[in-house]
Amino acid sequence: MCNQTVCLIAAELERREISTVVVQLLRFVAEKVRPPRALYVPFLHGYPLAVPNQPEKQHAVIEAALRLLEDDSQEPPVLVDYRPGPKEVQV
Amino acid sequence: MGDISEFPFSIQLFLKTYRWRRIDPIPWTPLAKPLAECRLGIVSTAGLSMPEQGTFDHKIKGGDPSFREVPSSVDASELVENHRSDSWDHGGVEQDRNLAFPIDRARELVERGRLGSLADRHLTFMGSVTAPGRMIRDHVGQAADIFVQEGVDVALLVPV
Repeated sequence: MCNQTVCLIAAELERREISTVVVQLLRFVAEKVRPPRALYVPFLHGYPLAVPNQPEKQHAVIEAALRLLEDDSQEPPVLVDYRPGPKEVQV
Repeated sequence: MGDISEFPFSIQLFLKTYRWRRIDPIPWTPLAKPLAECRLGIVSTAGLSMPEQGTFDHKIKGGDPSFREVPSSVDASELVENHRSDSWDHGGVEQDRNLAFPIDRARELVERGRLGSLADRHLTFMGSVTAPGRMIRDHVGQAADIFVQEGVDVALLVPV
């Protein structure tokens, strides 16, 4: 349910003119709920930013999310799959 | 990975039959300036709170709709994780709160010049809310007000 919750909060923030990007662990939830911008990550629930205590792997996910904010070529709902490096897939 | 197959059958069935909220129309705020000039707010639904704030209430039917304000100066390791769901592995967040509340990563991005600044207050919910109507009606607006007061330009929202 966490996936839906962040989407609903993001929608309200966007209404207040705050640009948002949500991480999503279930792609079908993002497709149904339709947050403005979502980065789907292929990690287990509980591991939204990949790996604990590995800052650069966490930065890689965050950077991908930030790039969604910078991409002004897309229209909502934006849903992009995160492409992890080979060492990030296993958690 | 990232699929409902990681859940027990009963949870899979719930997720397949649950009436998901549909955001319609979809609000849209394009980025108004470079990220290097933007102020970031973090929202986590990992059920994190400061020790003195009290934990989320697991007994509320439909899920605890409240939220906590977490100061940007927080030592992430001091945050208490009290998410009620046993459908996800709590071990990663137990090791490193940044996995779901990346405050240290955000500070590093400001130091690197990738982001302009951080809000003084960030927000945490316990995302296990199956009946989100009350959360939307009574709490999400208040949460958004805080980010508006904080001058937040961009928000990163992280579920578990």
